[in-house]
Amino acid sequence: MLVIGERINGMFRDIGDAILAKDVRPVQAMAEKQLKAGADALDINVGTRVPKAERVEAMQWLTKAVREVTDKPLSIDSPSLEVVRTGLEVACKRGKAIINSTTGQPDKLEAFMALAAEYGAGIVGLAIDENGVAATVDGKVEIGMRTVAAAMEAGVPTDEVYLDPIVLPVNVDQAAPGVVLESIRQFKLLSEPPPHVVVGLSNLSQGASERPLINRTFLVMAIAAGLDASIHDPLDEELMNAMITAELLLNKTIYSNSYLKAYRQSK
Amino acid sequence: MALLAEAKERWTGSINVVTIGAGPSEGGTRTSVVRVGGESSLPFIRFEGETPLRPVVAMEVWDTAPTEWPAVLAEALGEVVKSPADWARKAAEEWGADLICLKLMGTHPDLGDASPAAAAKVVESVLKATGLPLIIWGSDHDAKDNEVLPRCSQAAAGEKCLLGAAKVENYKTLVASCMADGHSLIGFSPIDINIAKQLNILISEMGFPFDRVVMYQTTGALGYGLEYTYSIQERGRLAALSGDKMMAMPVICMVGQEAWRAKEAKATAAEQPDWGDETTRGIYWEYATAVSLLQAGSDILVMRHPLAASALKKSIDKLMS
Repeated sequence: MLVIGERINGMFRDIGDAILAKDVRPVQAMAEKQLKAGADALDINVGTRVPKAERVEAMQWLTKAVREVTDKPLSIDSPSLEVVRTGLEVACKRGKAIINSTTGQPDKLEAFMALAAEYGAGIVGLAIDENGVAATVDGKVEIGMRTVAAAMEAGVPTDEVYLDPIVLPVNVDQAAPGVVLESIRQFKLLSEPPPHVVVGLSNLSQGASERPLINRTFLVMAIAAGLDASIHDPLDEELMNAMITAELLLNKTIYSNSYLKAYRQSK
Repeated sequence: MALLAEAKERWTGSINVVTIGAGPSEGGTRTSVVRVGGESSLPFIRFEGETPLRPVVAMEVWDTAPTEWPAVLAEALGEVVKSPADWARKAAEEWGADLICLKLMGTHPDLGDASPAAAAKVVESVLKATGLPLIIWGSDHDAKDNEVLPRCSQAAAGEKCLLGAAKVENYKTLVASCMADGHSLIGFSPIDINIAKQLNILISEMGFPFDRVVMYQTTGALGYGLEYTYSIQERGRLAALSGDKMMAMPVICMVGQEAWRAKEAKATAAEQPDWGDETTRGIYWEYATAVSLLQAGSDILVMRHPLAASALKKSIDKLMS
């Protein structure tokens, strides 16, 4: 399971303040904290408090700040091709990057896949196209298929592709999680080697009570359906414990009495 | 874009490299050093990764002359079994051992109950007799091992030996000794992969480095659980190659010890007239067990019969060429 730490995002107040003040310390501290908690990769998102015109520069600064403390993969999170390119330039100087993300319109796919090929980066493909978020299993799988085909066309290996079925808040559409679970199963059949499947987990409990419980229950269900990457908060210890246990129960890791500790010590 | 997906496995992990033996430049007196592990694929599958270091053949030497070994084996070893130093020297100089596995069976309360000081003397004599790296293995009697092994560890301090065996219920004394005297350590689990992993975690929690641990998951001989040993080792290796650092230790197998317990190896022609030549049957039994375990990912194979050991070395040469 690839855990992509979500906390380096300008939407969080501490990181947003640091980006505006150009103070690397809180950013680097958060990077290290997430890695220590078991993150395999870190999401980098400048957020919305930075004016649009300054986001390229902000991404450059933020990625550089994180790159100084880790060579783990960085997930460059922006819908803008230019902002993503800037992040990749910095991130790929020392280590790997994942583009987060492209949507499924043909022109977007073509442009972002070319970028992924150029930098040898992974790429997240959202189940969104010109008609918005695909609401049905068929709709999500169709965009997924288009994304995998675009990757093949561009020479991006299919195991560098991370399909994101899009998780919506459960209090907005209660049928959506079931649709996501079935989409995960079908995504895995699209190619050989299969694409990875990733979710932005925290969105599920947006505005709901019992957020951590909702997040970890769904994460376990999604792992059982084939999810192998997740953008979430690795500092949520119970969430990580549930994830580690789910992988254990699926026989993906070897049991030992100290299996929770073993997972963390292996990082 | 290729039409067919590439069938190669892509592994993310690799096995730790463990060094046994220290020469004069590192504070020891060994004339050769053995390095094992480092695999980044299943054994000898070169198109998926590397098997950079050849598996090694250790010969088993006891501190006391074995009395119950089958005649075929006893005759092949001859008089040297009366002296651990002579036995080790012959294993090194004539039988081609890469390292010596000194088993301190004579310290077992039921097999002579030799004192820790006597055992340490044996260790010193073997170190003097040969420049090969040394494995020092107790009698697997926990209480006695806890007295004997620290003394032997001290006697061999700086020689970077491999000491065994630590068990889940008895590991702290040996870990502390190995840490203090610079040795590596064998973790012994009774053919149970979960316990093997747990033991590695416990050892690492004491601050002992991963790259000084070798796993002994118990060996089953041909006809006596070989398949089970094979699958346990293979499963552990697959986990390690997939990134489980708690399973990324090289593996040692006690091949001779197990193979020569099989009735097929030790029965005489008088007892079993239909089983073929008794002078070669046991050697084949030991050799067949060893080559099978090579394919499961064994890194150190401890052998008893000189001919089985030399045949195994030839097989390793072929697999590595």
